Amino acid sequence: MGVKNAILKPKFFVYLGCFILLLFLPRVLPIYHLILFESGITFAIMALGFNLLLRYTGLLSFGHGALFAIGAYAVGMTGEYFPDLYRIEILIPVALLASLVVSTIFGFICVRHTRVFFSILALAVSMVIYALLVKFYDITGGSDGIHIELPIIFGKSFEGMKRFEFLSGAYYYLLICVFAAATIIMLAIVNSPFGKALQCIRDNEVRAEMIGIRVRRYRLYSFILSGLFTGLGGAMWSFVNGHVTPEIAEWVFSGEIVYMTLLGGFMVFEGPIIGAILFTYLRLYAVAITQYWMFLIGATLIILVLLLPEGITGGFVKLFSKKRRAPATGVA
Amino acid sequence: MLKVKELIKDFGKVRIINSAAFEVNSDEIVSLVGPNGAGKTTLVNLISGHILPTSGKIEFLDRNITFASPYKRIKMGIARNFQITNLFSDSSVLDNVRTCLFSVYGKIKKGFLPANHYRAITQEAVDILDLFGISEKMELLPPSLSEGDKKILDTAMAFALKSKFLLLDEPTSGVATGDKFKVMDTIVSAIRREKMACMIIEHDMDIVSDYSDRVLVLSEGKIIADGKPQEIMKQDNVKGILFGVMA
Repeated sequence: MGVKNAILKPKFFVYLGCFILLLFLPRVLPIYHLILFESGITFAIMALGFNLLLRYTGLLSFGHGALFAIGAYAVGMTGEYFPDLYRIEILIPVALLASLVVSTIFGFICVRHTRVFFSILALAVSMVIYALLVKFYDITGGSDGIHIELPIIFGKSFEGMKRFEFLSGAYYYLLICVFAAATIIMLAIVNSPFGKALQCIRDNEVRAEMIGIRVRRYRLYSFILSGLFTGLGGAMWSFVNGHVTPEIAEWVFSGEIVYMTLLGGFMVFEGPIIGAILFTYLRLYAVAITQYWMFLIGATLIILVLLLPEGITGGFVKLFSKKRRAPATGVA
Repeated sequence: MLKVKELIKDFGKVRIINSAAFEVNSDEIVSLVGPNGAGKTTLVNLISGHILPTSGKIEFLDRNITFASPYKRIKMGIARNFQITNLFSDSSVLDNVRTCLFSVYGKIKKGFLPANHYRAITQEAVDILDLFGISEKMELLPPSLSEGDKKILDTAMAFALKSKFLLLDEPTSGVATGDKFKVMDTIVSAIRREKMACMIIEHDMDIVSDYSDRVLVLSEGKIIADGKPQEIMKQDNVKGILFGVMA
């Protein structure tokens, strides 16, 4: 055990160092890149939640876009219908509550199955949310979406402020605090007995049942936790983007969530974070280079799957681990 | 402790278990022997709740558990291992055992403190691995273990559940012949010390006669003999079935 604690400690300092670096980022990065980075951070919060399902519970969800949309729309609709409550300290719990309710219902439906059946079910229920968001024009603004005003943060109003000033100021620090909290909580979850139980279910559900783990119930818990993180990501993203549209509930965005997790490498805890931030930049540059940017993204995915199936972080771990195979013998 | 009455299990039209009936008393180690296809593993699956019987009754501690869920049976104190090793392949050897202990102590829902924080449980997991002689391999992943060590780990996990009644489905298959008795010594002495009842499926008749208090012979889904090992071996019908010796 002493060995494991010793590994944990330097890691803690790396985390602390990263956090301090993040605090100084607004002074270094041009505003345009900073906003892009913030958007990446919100995706990272979501990808952490997504990876709880994929890496630690063994369930690949193709419907997380809908849960992300729930978080974002919870913010948008609160602003629309209850303008008095448009304060960040109320909006975040509201978004969490909304994702709790929706992910409980989704989870209840989806965790009855595993593998591809789970993925397809998640995709199906997410498209229900998409359809609702588009069709209920009077409530959700349909395909026009909802404009997101600047919220009141702990009693401080930002009325009249330009969005980029807001984003590069108070909001940035709030966002990275939320991000740090989300990372720490997720780290705690995956290393806890509960996290170990999830990993046991992933490895072998028959045996998990035989040692007294209630498999389906724990899958549901995992789905709900994952939904909470995703909803939180959605809520934080809505302020960065300034506008929410139903596209984020569509399967294309759900696919992008899978993509960013694979890009970063889902086998490593930090992989999805790196993947989410990289993906934000990758997509931007792909769009800037060509109008066929989807083609570029797709090509990257193919290269990734063939050459780096464990993503960027997985590749690094392999490169620096002692156990690495000496000569590569073809594609495994 | 465990009472099985007129148990029947059909798979389609094939009757695998044909009104089997027997009892296991507390503190007793019972061996279940029988030729291939006799239904030994099916019987274990029925008792552990892995599959449900067609008809009949299973009682454990005077409660009817015929159709109880596996979860309920585990909480009542029935644990099992698997003939074909069934491990958590991406979790370390230590975590394989430790998760069993978290489950036993009802800590499995704790989601905030890291697993290493539970020192006493971790230490107990290490002790169990020590007992079974695989504690040096606790950082490894199960697929990198030898077939014999996998088997031992599988048994250690069943043992870690601190059950009242332990079902061991061929705990020594795949273990090197020279090590078989050592492994059985470990398992049996641990079971005796914890005063568990145990039912062992075994093919090796030397192991059966050395370690069990009583032997049940299963053939074509029926218990055809029940008694002390030495007495059982003398019966002609048992000889015919187990050793192919015609009377």
